[in-house]
Amino acid sequence: MTPPQDSPQVGRWAIWLPLALFVGFAALAAFMLRHPADNTVDSKLVGQPVPQFDLPPALPGRPGLDSRVLGNGKVHLVNIFASWCVPCGVEAPQLQALARAGVPIEGISVRDTTEALNQFLDRNGDPYQRIGADDDGKVQLALGSSGVPETFVVDGEGIIRYQHIGEIRPEQLDMILAKVREAQQ
Amino acid sequence: MMAELGLAALWLAAALAGLQLVAGALALTTRGASLGAIVRPVAFVQGLLALLAFLCLIWVFAQTDLSVKLVALNSHSLKPLIFKIAGAWGNHEGSMLLWVTVMGLAGGFVALVERRLPEPTMLATLAGQAFVSLGFYAFLLMASNPFERLNPVPVEGNGLNPLLQDLGLAFHPPTLYLGYVGLSIAFSFAIGALVTRQVGPEFARAMRPWVLGAWIFLTLGITAGSYWAYYELGWGGWWFWDPVENASLMPWLAATALLHSAGVLAARDALRAWTVMLGVVAFSMSMIGTFLVRSGILTSVHAFAVDPQRGSFILALLAINIGGALTLFALRAATVTEGQRFAVVSREGALVVNNVMLTAILGIVLFGTLYPLFAEAMGAKVSVGPPYFNPMGALFAVPMLVVMAVGPVLRWRRDTLERNGKALALPAMVAVVGIGALVLIGGVPLLPLLGLSLGVALIPASVLPLRDRDLRRTPLPIWGMVLAHLGVGVALIGMGSESAFSVEKLVAVHKGETTHVGPWSVTLADIEPVAGPNWTALEGVLQVSRGKADPVILRPQSRNFWAPPQQTAESALLTRWNGQLYAVLGGEAPGAIAGGPGDGRWQLRLWWKPFVPLIWLGGVLIALGGVLALLGRVAADLRRIILRDKIAYRRERQGR
Repeated sequence: MTPPQDSPQVGRWAIWLPLALFVGFAALAAFMLRHPADNTVDSKLVGQPVPQFDLPPALPGRPGLDSRVLGNGKVHLVNIFASWCVPCGVEAPQLQALARAGVPIEGISVRDTTEALNQFLDRNGDPYQRIGADDDGKVQLALGSSGVPETFVVDGEGIIRYQHIGEIRPEQLDMILAKVREAQQ
Repeated sequence: MMAELGLAALWLAAALAGLQLVAGALALTTRGASLGAIVRPVAFVQGLLALLAFLCLIWVFAQTDLSVKLVALNSHSLKPLIFKIAGAWGNHEGSMLLWVTVMGLAGGFVALVERRLPEPTMLATLAGQAFVSLGFYAFLLMASNPFERLNPVPVEGNGLNPLLQDLGLAFHPPTLYLGYVGLSIAFSFAIGALVTRQVGPEFARAMRPWVLGAWIFLTLGITAGSYWAYYELGWGGWWFWDPVENASLMPWLAATALLHSAGVLAARDALRAWTVMLGVVAFSMSMIGTFLVRSGILTSVHAFAVDPQRGSFILALLAINIGGALTLFALRAATVTEGQRFAVVSREGALVVNNVMLTAILGIVLFGTLYPLFAEAMGAKVSVGPPYFNPMGALFAVPMLVVMAVGPVLRWRRDTLERNGKALALPAMVAVVGIGALVLIGGVPLLPLLGLSLGVALIPASVLPLRDRDLRRTPLPIWGMVLAHLGVGVALIGMGSESAFSVEKLVAVHKGETTHVGPWSVTLADIEPVAGPNWTALEGVLQVSRGKADPVILRPQSRNFWAPPQQTAESALLTRWNGQLYAVLGGEAPGAIAGGPGDGRWQLRLWWKPFVPLIWLGGVLIALGGVLALLGRVAADLRRIILRDKIAYRRERQGR
């Protein structure tokens, strides 16, 4: 027996088969290049109002966080953090800088204890006006946040304008400030 | 300064490739024959210049010269030096430069040493190599210049994708590239042979070491890539049928087929047209795979920088190279005279089955990889995964593996199964006993059952070719074949065992709490924050023990990188002779599941995977088999060259 590809009875068309398959592939690829699939995932909540919530105070002597505060005409940063989250300590100086720049920062502390939270704020500084205790992580989920830290820019009407995933690095400060200014207009 | 030097070297190398193409092509005509003498030196210098350009790129990365755009986009001054260097090829432009460098060096090496083939065939081969290189040079210089400068110079770079900051991965792409590019030499030999119609045993022998070398690197690259995905992604799987994985598997399948058919052509002068076609197809698969990955038309966990303009450029390159080669094949194959004939039951017959089955699996993988594209062109979104690839692949892999057990003991040209019946009885019995035992255990799905029993049967079958042989006089390539086939059996046992007997457990535990997975008990002793040069992490301290043995500490991490921000799970593995314990630390357990705030439970994902390391051990054995065969071939070539020189020397003396 000779292999089919070498034997004349398969016919000459078989010899053109690889080329035909390749032409088909090239045509498909060319088509797909002209119609690229859109795979970007936009943050779903950007442009949406903040979901309704009313979190109890996380620390005695400081108000909790009610979502109605976020629609009071001023731009707020809402920072989701936790004392047990290592990168949250890393972004603390940046939050301090933002607070000094006059941006009101509201905190949502996720699954935390008063004691641990106090230690965290003593160690890293305290930029927060209000801290709501999100003990079951439900508000975090409602905000479309899947991890800590995350930071939202919320405009004066309570509309989310920007969602920042992960800690704010020093080089991102200007970008965040620009987002805040944008939200003020 | 280094960047400009690199760019200049790249331009010069491209110009020399142009010269190599023109001179090589003209030298085939009677009027241009005198140009033939410059082709080999030009090929050699072209390789050196490409190497110089690549070294310049490594230099700017090692220095973190942020005025070079590529460095600013892909590196960071805080990275450890080894990853700065690996960053040079961990991106689109750098990896393309690596590609042309390896291609140039390989072409230069062929030009330097290969003297077996008729000179016109060699000139056509080198011209073909230059043609392919020229396309890649054009692509680099016009659409992806790695040495582009930035103004103003940024203060800090963007960093390298943290998933890529891993030693294994730093060397995984170069290994695959050596494989792809080795196949480009086989491609050029095929072109040369088609142009001059010199398709014979000599062509197969000249091409074989390159195919073998490429195949060794592909095997190692795929094995390493699979292990990397296994421990780095933290999903516990070792093969995902991801487009990028398929892109490396397809050239491997084609190269495996080519290796076997080139063996037939070299030994028996049969399968001429088929071997030439595989030579074209193997490199085409490398290029198609690279295109699919780089153009971004397929979605994958490996997201490379995507740019539609680049995609069009590579597609044009593919159309010219592959389309041209296949057209040449179609025009010339009919005039390539038929080779020797052979019986169905013979070594050649078994190798034809191997080739047809490998090609069928290649077709299945290619179709499965492209099908989502078809569907998307029709307006539907689908993803094709293991439910398609596994059974469809097995449909052809199982008969191929059976033939693989039998084929190596068959004689060339004509043989009977009766003659080999006695020898093959042992593997057959092992397979039957294996199937019986697994059915008795029960609950083993069909594919792992077939994999396990074929795997254990292949182990005695693979050493059969050594019976009745004087082991000290057995040629190295035979040892190589035995070892590689043994490796296939070993890997099959690993795969079968992993999918049949793995135990998985997802739990939320307090500090100090103990849980069990397979034969292991696992205690979460502590959670500690740790910091690396460019990441912070939570590290779980797990005390694991089996039976009464002393506990061993495992430290899985959940890492946060900050440049760019990304979270990865660093799994922790414990390898024992009979399997691997695999631990992944998730985050703190959500209160909703735990039933209250702050109850401090942590998510752990644990697997006990019996015999799973055999998968990669098998892969390494297969590659080692390739190394033995390559050593044997190269040694034989060297002996032949020395002998030829000796004869020439004696003749010269006698002539005096």
